[in-house]
Amino acid sequence: MTEKKQSAEAMEPDVHKKIKAAFKAFDYESNNKVDVREIGTVIYSLGCFPTQADLHDIIAGVEEDHTGYITLDKFLPAMTKVLLEHKFPPIPEDLLLQAFEVLDKEKKGYLEPEELTKHMTQEGELFTQEEMEEMLTALADHEDNFVYYKDLISQLTIDPDM
Amino acid sequence: MGCGTSVATEPQEERVEPDDTVKSPSPALTMKAAILIQRWYRRYMARLEMRRRYTWNIFQSIEYAGEQDQLQLSSFFSFMLDNFTQLNGNRSDLISQLLNPVVDPWLDRETCYKLIPVPESYTGPRLSFPLSVSDTNALLSAFKEQQTLHARYVLQLLYETKKLLKQMPNITHLSTSYTNEITICGDLHGRLDDLLLIFYKNGLPSAQTPYVFNGDFVDRGKKSVEVVSLLFAYLLLYPDYMHLNRGNHEDHIMNLRYGFTKEVMQKYKTHGREILQLFQDVFSLLPIATVIDGKILIVHGGISDQTDLDFLSSVDRHKVKSALRFPRRSVEQLDIGHSCKRMRLAAGSHPSSHSKNQRTPNQRRRCGHSRQDSAASTSSSSSTSSSSSSFCSPRTPSCLSPRPRPSSPSMPYTINVLQVPYLDSLSSVPPPAPPQHDREWKQVVDILWSDPKTQEGCSPNTFRGGGCYFGPDVTRRLLLRHGLQLLIRSHECKQEGYELCHGGKVITIFSASNYYEEGSNRGAYIKVGRELVPRFYQYQVSRTTRKLTLTQRVRAAEGSALKALKEKLFTHRSELLSGLQQYDQNNTGCVSVSEWTQVFESVLRLDLPWRTLRPHLARLAPDGSVDYQSCFEDMEPGIPLTQMTPNLADTLFRYRTDIEIIFNIIDKDHSGLISIEEFRHTWCLFSAHLGVDIDDRAIDDLARSIDFNKDGSIDFTEFLDAFRVVHKLDNKEQQLNGKAAGRKCS
Repeated sequence: MTEKKQSAEAMEPDVHKKIKAAFKAFDYESNNKVDVREIGTVIYSLGCFPTQADLHDIIAGVEEDHTGYITLDKFLPAMTKVLLEHKFPPIPEDLLLQAFEVLDKEKKGYLEPEELTKHMTQEGELFTQEEMEEMLTALADHEDNFVYYKDLISQLTIDPDM
Repeated sequence: MGCGTSVATEPQEERVEPDDTVKSPSPALTMKAAILIQRWYRRYMARLEMRRRYTWNIFQSIEYAGEQDQLQLSSFFSFMLDNFTQLNGNRSDLISQLLNPVVDPWLDRETCYKLIPVPESYTGPRLSFPLSVSDTNALLSAFKEQQTLHARYVLQLLYETKKLLKQMPNITHLSTSYTNEITICGDLHGRLDDLLLIFYKNGLPSAQTPYVFNGDFVDRGKKSVEVVSLLFAYLLLYPDYMHLNRGNHEDHIMNLRYGFTKEVMQKYKTHGREILQLFQDVFSLLPIATVIDGKILIVHGGISDQTDLDFLSSVDRHKVKSALRFPRRSVEQLDIGHSCKRMRLAAGSHPSSHSKNQRTPNQRRRCGHSRQDSAASTSSSSSTSSSSSSFCSPRTPSCLSPRPRPSSPSMPYTINVLQVPYLDSLSSVPPPAPPQHDREWKQVVDILWSDPKTQEGCSPNTFRGGGCYFGPDVTRRLLLRHGLQLLIRSHECKQEGYELCHGGKVITIFSASNYYEEGSNRGAYIKVGRELVPRFYQYQVSRTTRKLTLTQRVRAAEGSALKALKEKLFTHRSELLSGLQQYDQNNTGCVSVSEWTQVFESVLRLDLPWRTLRPHLARLAPDGSVDYQSCFEDMEPGIPLTQMTPNLADTLFRYRTDIEIIFNIIDKDHSGLISIEEFRHTWCLFSAHLGVDIDDRAIDDLARSIDFNKDGSIDFTEFLDAFRVVHKLDNKEQQLNGKAAGRKCS
């Protein structure tokens, strides 16, 4: 237990730098404040895969009441904890594939845009219309408009570690 | 929604049983699957947004850093004019034409363009003045079909525009009571497609559709001539419904560097110079501001705490031909020997306005300091080569080097010029200038170059070199003083094509979409009616017929930004390596990530998230440290360079564009050749100006190692080709893309 704690402590300075860098990208006025509507992007970019509910929990813990801003002072310790404890680990590719397969009831190997739209906009943590449109533009095949999820997963999960 | 938390804490999903393939999965399972996909997708989009953001940072940092080079170039031109033309004794070359224009009576005479014959074979539009709608329509269709307007008509168009503009006041006053909504557009920068798209979406200029174009019509884009021809044609056709404001790029020195001059000379080989001369006049005659209903002020850049619209209405605006040619100095500044020492002292104790703590939000986005600073500090002890002292001539300078402005801390870029020893010998001093000229110049430059910032106050815009950063309090005061309610300006590229600041009192409007790269940003225009409430219209020109996904756009822009950034690394290679090697005394080839970040930040002075960008720029060694040589491995010079000191090579790479401009100026007959003598003199001047210690012989050897004719002239295109940075991976990537087939949705 002590070993784990020690190695976590050793990583702290690096983790702090990472968090500060991500925070700074949205700190337009250089006053260590980020708009609460953009903090989600910061959290995601630090390698976490929280749900909307998780995000709300984090934000609730650090938001300055009624200002609409989150300060670095509060965000840094909270986020450090999240990172050191690996709280929202990445979704493994095979799990993601299974999730798509669950939605693909007829096991066609692809999803029709209407199918995907129905699930994304009516279940779970609902997509807005804008999100849905962007998703379809990004994922649907240009010729037949189907979402061939198997191909997509490997393509879209590869990107450099930030 | 209640399942949300449980999904997060359960690392494992229910596995799908083989039996489930027969019957439908339970609703609970479907919901879990949906949530998982939503979670994944939202994170993916957030990451994309992050990449878009830092791609933007890269482009902007490099752009602003490039503007500093521009300042250097302009001060060099001033300097060169004094020395080079003196040597030649020949004042008819392009430099003196462009930098010290003497009003040529022949050009002013009406007959100049009439003497130009238009051949039967010319299939482009033949304009007849005064212009009618059929002429502007002819221009539109001709330009859509990639035709070039004949020089004779360009000259005539410019001549007529000049006549019209002379009658116009500095500030145009418009009223919404006689017209419908007024459309306000921002920077176009030679993007014909954007202009055509605006006309298509919004309608051609007419009594029903009046327009204000807020400057920066030219430079950067490839169709500046076409854009500005259309704008001027509509101006002549509908002077009551078409209004133009001057931008900071309506300036012949900016044009030298940012492409307009080049475009004109390429399209008009015979008459290019005359055309440029007329453009210079026309640009300086453009009005500098527009006011709608006495309530909305429209200027290209912004304002300063000194801005006085009443004073501005009264100035001779055409006297400010270029913001980069400063007005005549007063006596104190010309006490060169004395001020030289003052400059050096000031340089030493110069408050580090480039330290992070003091940065304003705008500065945060920009280069930390001027390049000249580093040049000055590294070679403050550089001695002039003996050849340059022959240029020293004790005569009155007819044009002037930049002077420090009284309200600001000493500008870094003046230091280099004043440090050049041979200026010390200048003994005579021109008569003191009336303060009026200085004030005029400053007020106009403020209007064209300033940027808003979020913090209160007004500080000199040290990066742009002119104008100010103005805070919300400055805006408030100006609006109050003149009974205005809104300031609309352009000058800065915005991702959505527009942006509000200062509590909505300032709007930035930018009309060149895809400015940095395909997909980098939208363009926008504003429509405002009698109620004076602005409405925004966005658009984006797309080169491909297929709609690109956000992912594709971000990837394309990112690739382009990283390429530009890597070129910067390459051109600073020797500095970077010497900085890195200080942390690597044992020559392992590796440094820690922190050390790597530190070196890159301090050498390149671009306010970028280096740590985040590191994976794109350098490889890690197995132990997690950075293998710094990997930064430079996929770039190489155009041709192998032997016998060259790293210092010289880097300098040539870095200033390649500037050198090209200078060569083009010297090459009076556009032969593509300059003499070795001219080459050497120019190079000595330039390097002395930069404060780079370059051995004469190294230059001669260099010149000789490039093929040249036996008659002692250099093909400078060949020379410059050597200093074009080549990306080794370009060929590889093309091969890979060719192979990739099948369904690729992003």
